[in-house]
Amino acid sequence: MADNVKPKVRVPKTASAGEVITIKTLISHPMESGQRKDGDGNLIPRSIINRFTCDFNDQNVIDVTMEPAISTNPYFEFQATVPESGAFAFTWYDDDGSVYTESKDIEVS
Amino acid sequence: MKFTRRETMLMALGATAAAMLPARAMANVDDLVAAFTGGADIGEGGLTLTAPEIAENGNTVPIEVDAPGAVSIMVLATGNPTPGAATFNFGPLSGSQSASTRIRLAKTQNVLAVAKMADGSFVQVSQEVKVTIGGCGG
Repeated sequence: MADNVKPKVRVPKTASAGEVITIKTLISHPMESGQRKDGDGNLIPRSIINRFTCDFNDQNVIDVTMEPAISTNPYFEFQATVPESGAFAFTWYDDDGSVYTESKDIEVS
Repeated sequence: MKFTRRETMLMALGATAAAMLPARAMANVDDLVAAFTGGADIGEGGLTLTAPEIAENGNTVPIEVDAPGAVSIMVLATGNPTPGAATFNFGPLSGSQSASTRIRLAKTQNVLAVAKMADGSFVQVSQEVKVTIGGCGG
């Protein structure tokens, strides 16, 4: 179980209809690769976030499958089209079954 | 200097194992690519992989992939113990088929990106990244 997992997302507050915006996400997570050893030489078991998705009004923007080679505190930057006002839903899936979510509203003017 | 039969056998075994190791790591990459493409031919062009030439810290190496018209892009760190890094699947609302993230690189190696285009074809690109301090612990 990873402690203090905190998602951070940057989305513009407003956009014009059909505009392409850049989204940046960061989540604090140790992303234990399963390759490291502790002080006694025992392998530390793998514990990573294995999937990240971003949806806008229930339509998929990006779906990322993550492997152990993703760095600690996984960071993603990508672009999304905004057809109308609504909410972005961000979801991270942990190896241990935990699911972390974050949502951001955006207004089309 | 004389070797007993047992020692000779052990040495032969060790040499075989050592010879097989790199081959096995490569096969792993090939397997992953084959699983992604389904054995289809892989072309070139239309896919950009941006990675630093020299990464001082292998723990966080910023990379960016960009392939206009792609459905999904797979990124592999070919020299890592587990080569898989990430697979980006672009949905209907993705603004452009590009994404950036940070990956771990265990040592100096080639980073490989394979993109699946909307018409079902595949393209790949790879870039060497020199790593000063490896990023996989152990």
